[in-house]
Amino acid sequence: MADAVTQGGGHGDTRGFFTRWFMSTNHKDIGILYLFTSGIVGFIAVAFTVYMRMELMEPGVQYMCLEGARMTAAAAGECTPNGHLWNVLITAHGVLMMFFVVIPALFGGFGNYFMPLHIGAPDMAFPRLNNLSYWLYVAGASLAVASLFSPGGAGQTGAGVGWVLYPPLSTTETGYAMDLAIFAVHVAGASSILGAINIITTFLNMRAPGMTLHKVPLFAWSVFITAWMILLALPVLAGAITMLLTDRNFGTTFFDPSGGGDPVLYQHILWFFGHPEVYIIIIPGFGIISHVIATFSRKPIFGYLPMVYAMVAIGVLGFVVWAHHMYTVGMSLTQQSYFMLATMVIAVPTGIKIFSWIATMWGGSVEFKTPMLWAFGFLFLFTVGGVTGVVLSQAAVDRYYHDTYYVVAHFHYVMSLGAVFALFAGIYYWIGKMSGRQYPEWAGKTHFWAMFIGSNLTFFPQHFLGRQGMPRRYIDYPEAFALWNWVSSIGAFISFASFVFFIGVIYYTLRHGARVTENNYWNEHADTLEWTLPSPPPEHTFETLPKREDWDRSPAH
Amino acid sequence: MAHEKNHDYHVLPPSIWPFMAGVGTFVMLFGAVLWMHGSGPWLFLIGLVGILYVMFSWWADVVSEAEGGDHTPVVRIGLRYGFILFVISEVMFFAAWFWSFFKHAMYPMSEYAGTAYVPPQFYQLDPFHVPLINTLILLLSGCAVTWAHHALTHGGPRKDVELGLAAGIVLGVAFTFLQAYEYWYLTAARDWTFGGDVFFANFFMATGFHGVHVIIGTIFLAVCWFRVRAGHFTAERHVGFEAAAWYWHFVDVVWLFLFASIYIWGMG
Repeated sequence: MADAVTQGGGHGDTRGFFTRWFMSTNHKDIGILYLFTSGIVGFIAVAFTVYMRMELMEPGVQYMCLEGARMTAAAAGECTPNGHLWNVLITAHGVLMMFFVVIPALFGGFGNYFMPLHIGAPDMAFPRLNNLSYWLYVAGASLAVASLFSPGGAGQTGAGVGWVLYPPLSTTETGYAMDLAIFAVHVAGASSILGAINIITTFLNMRAPGMTLHKVPLFAWSVFITAWMILLALPVLAGAITMLLTDRNFGTTFFDPSGGGDPVLYQHILWFFGHPEVYIIIIPGFGIISHVIATFSRKPIFGYLPMVYAMVAIGVLGFVVWAHHMYTVGMSLTQQSYFMLATMVIAVPTGIKIFSWIATMWGGSVEFKTPMLWAFGFLFLFTVGGVTGVVLSQAAVDRYYHDTYYVVAHFHYVMSLGAVFALFAGIYYWIGKMSGRQYPEWAGKTHFWAMFIGSNLTFFPQHFLGRQGMPRRYIDYPEAFALWNWVSSIGAFISFASFVFFIGVIYYTLRHGARVTENNYWNEHADTLEWTLPSPPPEHTFETLPKREDWDRSPAH
Repeated sequence: MAHEKNHDYHVLPPSIWPFMAGVGTFVMLFGAVLWMHGSGPWLFLIGLVGILYVMFSWWADVVSEAEGGDHTPVVRIGLRYGFILFVISEVMFFAAWFWSFFKHAMYPMSEYAGTAYVPPQFYQLDPFHVPLINTLILLLSGCAVTWAHHALTHGGPRKDVELGLAAGIVLGVAFTFLQAYEYWYLTAARDWTFGGDVFFANFFMATGFHGVHVIIGTIFLAVCWFRVRAGHFTAERHVGFEAAAWYWHFVDVVWLFLFASIYIWGMG
């Protein structure tokens, strides 16, 4: 996209390549940097899962051997299972996806690019700090990748402790891969916190004249709420992993019972961050979906204010439900009852959002362009994941599902299929705006259907595996689980193929896609301020602040 | 329309500092990991020097932009928002340490069924000795900074601003020295250790992170002192001073919570 943007968005742009992309103080360029980098990291994280699904395709260990990792099952010789390699891959997949793919893409990428445009701001409040967020993200991702190749546990490379970094595994693993992973998360956290400060300040201080809080577009609202959650949750995680670091290297015993420490304490502090984290991931997606559904239903979004306050409610409730991730650690029944009830309450604001999206489509003139397909897929899949979430919120039921594939299926339905579908909806919705070139409609639809079928095939059978009692995080399994694992692996390969196809679509679009000539290439219901700008927008937008009639569709209120 | 700015927001020229900060961070932290595993501090120090250089140059840019008139009233509001939000994130960072402290103080592992852990016997610390003195020093320092603040906003003589700030800085340094003395005393004369027991871990990490914030705050105040002498602040325009004062009060309040919970409630 760098190329296309340079050519298309020039408008007398005289900045050199290095100045533009390494010294940027421009929210649109930084947003593009975020999107590209998270795409690259995402490809690494997805490639890991393909290798893992190859291994899980059949019982027994065929690929991840101590004698050397193999790419074909037919390779000759003994194969002693290499559990550490497996553990490193699931850890890296989780850490990369959580901290270095979805947040940077949705919050960093789209948040940076479109939140200022939605509120009619010329740039972010702190443009230089904005770039610091991006480069800290790159530094963190580099530390995470370096961790993979550094001496780790079991005399091999990489940290294999799971993305949650639970002690005692994380505090006792040898080598320094774990320390690099801890610092990677620290730096990613610092990056996100600085980004959150920037976004909150921009949102509060730089809205277009007359744009009161109840008139701000839903995507800007969603990013604003996400920023608050990042601001309040990430520093707590920083404390927890600092404790891990000193436990590992300086002899403290925060999580070591022989020195009076408590490993369960780590779980509490981690999940105090970790549950808000999953809403940090999904809420910007809510914002994107709202705009896409309104545009392609040719109706204003149903229930704007309830939509806003549902997101606020989800954000607030996200901070008081963390221990539903740890029903099995021995909490009292009272505690379990509280966390169960509080968790179920979240279904109410989430339901408000789902039903409002449906009500937006109701009676609308629905047009299934690619972004709408992704939004529709999001609605269906996120609802499936939400419903299994309500199942898992039951402490008693969770006794049986805890650490099984049912949980894996649940959180991939909300994240891999929810957040990622929202991400793709955003990419197809806005790529014409960002690059000045439009994707071929057939290619976007092909990508959607391949991904939709592939990811459902991957994760739906995992519900069955979980119900049969297959535990998560293992390299191997008994014969009884063979069938659905095989199906799941086929699904993963289809999803991966769709991802490779997507890269092709992006490449084609940026190089040869049809030029976008109109400012608003969808319809009049894409009514936020970015649609009043050329595609791609010039280097500096809103040098004269937008007038109220440019964005206010219901001045009566 | 090209490049004609018709608004009061601050649009910045390109800057190399963020990129260099990213590189410095990677080098410093990779070096820190190597250092912790016995390879010497050199890579860490190189990264640290790089980051300190970036911090100095970056903030020098900010100061000269402020002097150049880029910080319009609306930009100043934004800077204030930004700094308050930063302080909020710092508060949440301390939440983790207080969480660990209160958990272990209220539900010690020695009371868990089947535990083999026996809390070690160590001399209690008298909270109304050095810690109380330190509390008073820090509070007094806050008062001195407030004096300077009022002298500034009410257009008092610059001498008052300088004197108040100087007093605040000297008291801040005194706090750091007394805290260092107390650490030395506890470890040398009372056999306290950094590791080994969770009480020490909580004590030293919570008060230690507070101590780091005191040092940062003292430096921040010292920068403001130089800027006052250079005539950078007026009764209306003094965001940097205000941020330093807010930060100092935040450090103050964290200490009051530490003093009340760890020293008095935990050891009194």
